[in-house]
Amino acid sequence: MKRIFTALFALLLATIAFANPTVKEKETNGSVKDEIKAYIQHHLKDSHDFYLGSYKEDGKKHYVGYVGLPIIIWDNGLNIFSSSKFEHGKAVVQKGTNYYKLYHGKIYKTDAAGTITYDDAHHPTNEKPLDLSITKSVLTMLLTALLMFFLFRSLARSYSKNGNIAMGIGRFFEPIILYVRDDIAIPNIGQKHHGRYMSFLLTVFFFIWFLNLLGLTPLGINVTGNIAVTFGLALITFLLTNLTANKNYWAHIFWMPGVPVLMKIALIPIELLGVIIKPFSLLIRLYANMQAGHIVLMSLIGLMFIFNNWLGTSLSFALAFAISIIELLVALLQAYIFTMLSALYFGFAVEEHHEEAH
Amino acid sequence: MEIPLIVGAGLVVIGVGMGIGKIGGSAMEAIARQPEAYGKIQTAMLIAAALIEGIGFAALFAV
Amino acid sequence: MEKLLGEFSFGLFIWQTVIVTALILLLRKFAWKPILNTINEREEGIRSAMESAEEARQEMQHLQADNERILKEARAEREGLLKEARELRQKMIDDAKEEAKAQSEQLLAQAKEAIENEKQVAITSLKNEVADLSLQIAESLTKEHLSSDKKQTELVQKLLKEVDLKA
Repeated sequence: MKRIFTALFALLLATIAFANPTVKEKETNGSVKDEIKAYIQHHLKDSHDFYLGSYKEDGKKHYVGYVGLPIIIWDNGLNIFSSSKFEHGKAVVQKGTNYYKLYHGKIYKTDAAGTITYDDAHHPTNEKPLDLSITKSVLTMLLTALLMFFLFRSLARSYSKNGNIAMGIGRFFEPIILYVRDDIAIPNIGQKHHGRYMSFLLTVFFFIWFLNLLGLTPLGINVTGNIAVTFGLALITFLLTNLTANKNYWAHIFWMPGVPVLMKIALIPIELLGVIIKPFSLLIRLYANMQAGHIVLMSLIGLMFIFNNWLGTSLSFALAFAISIIELLVALLQAYIFTMLSALYFGFAVEEHHEEAH
Repeated sequence: MEIPLIVGAGLVVIGVGMGIGKIGGSAMEAIARQPEAYGKIQTAMLIAAALIEGIGFAALFAV
Repeated sequence: MEKLLGEFSFGLFIWQTVIVTALILLLRKFAWKPILNTINEREEGIRSAMESAEEARQEMQHLQADNERILKEARAEREGLLKEARELRQKMIDDAKEEAKAQSEQLLAQAKEAIENEKQVAITSLKNEVADLSLQIAESLTKEHLSSDKKQTELVQKLLKEVDLKA
């Protein structure tokens, strides 16, 4: 436990040390502000390539630890090439008769010169091909999935080797698994049905938790703060809830027992809306919490460079440090709440008979 | 005169803040009264707070 | 809302869904099922161990209670036997006493009766003896005093009757 905390603290320190290599040279206050703003905006989004940091020298941007990630485009045929070919949006990539250009993190189809047309609100109007690239977020998810697979499989294996007693890192994770079962699944779903949902709850809990924690590392990945990711997670909860629901659940939506007939009819749209809103609030909550956490943390780190004097900088450093620790808690709390609310919704779906208590 | 959307969002956030504050306060009182029911109260508090929080987010993203 | 939709990346969504679904299925097979089964097994083991310990404890209690009961019963039985023996002894003594008493009384009665009979016999023989004696006396007396035999016999008879009454 102590060692893990030490490791986390080291990561935090590293976050603060590495997080902002962009802002190197002294400029006027306004341009630093703009640069930080752009940096934060860029960081919050998924990106098609991976690098540890960047700096400007002689008006040119240099990238540290740059790794091109595979771009996969489905556009009447599969196109696969490295993201380094885009040269950070400066170059146009030709594949067959099609030309592609990276613009603000998205791939557009252009002509050979890479012209991008805009509408009134300055949104590009170029056609977007179906982009199935292994982006930074996808890569992180793949690595997290691999990590989880080997971690928990080794825990499962250590049981048979060690007479049903966990070994090594499993000793840390086993109580958490037990907590998910005894304090999240069983109280909300019930002893009888909880077994069906345990795999989902455990996987999602650890998946969100690990990704949240990875978001706090200097690698600067914001996976759970991405609407597509949280949408995918909530969609699985939604599907599981409604596909495993018993007739009691549907009776509560379409013909609420114990209320007058007029009321029953009035309740149908409300209940149907509730079916959508429940997973929707799940996806928005996780997204907004992680997004907000990253914005606050990075703004505070950015403040260190905007103040640029010993008092303001050390104050923002202290504040950023405190927020980092809170974010560690939030990382766990959001994973907990997502799992807990999913379990609650599953509990609604499999409830046998309703108490007349309410 | 047209009221900007952000004002409405702000009002919602104030309401949400008050609501969550009330839930937290009541949970504290309940825990003080029955410390042995800590786990159950905490769970109920988090669920209620999370549900209200959802409204806050809906307002923020409506802007 | 527009910002949310603008940020939504369809490719990322597809990847995410595929990865998470695959992860759930893989972990279910290789991790969660074995882990939860082991934990359940272990819990079951602990529960059954506790139960058997409780059973053993209860059995011990039963045994102890049984022992105590048997001891009590044995003690009561001994008590009963002793009491019975005591009573039997008393009864035998009493019976013997009674019998002895009855026998002595009978002997006494027999002796009395014998004595009575002897007395009767003695009295009768005495009477006869006396009668003979008196007859002899009277004969000797009357031989000298009385001349007529008839008169003499009458007198003797009268005298004898008186003697009989007195005896």
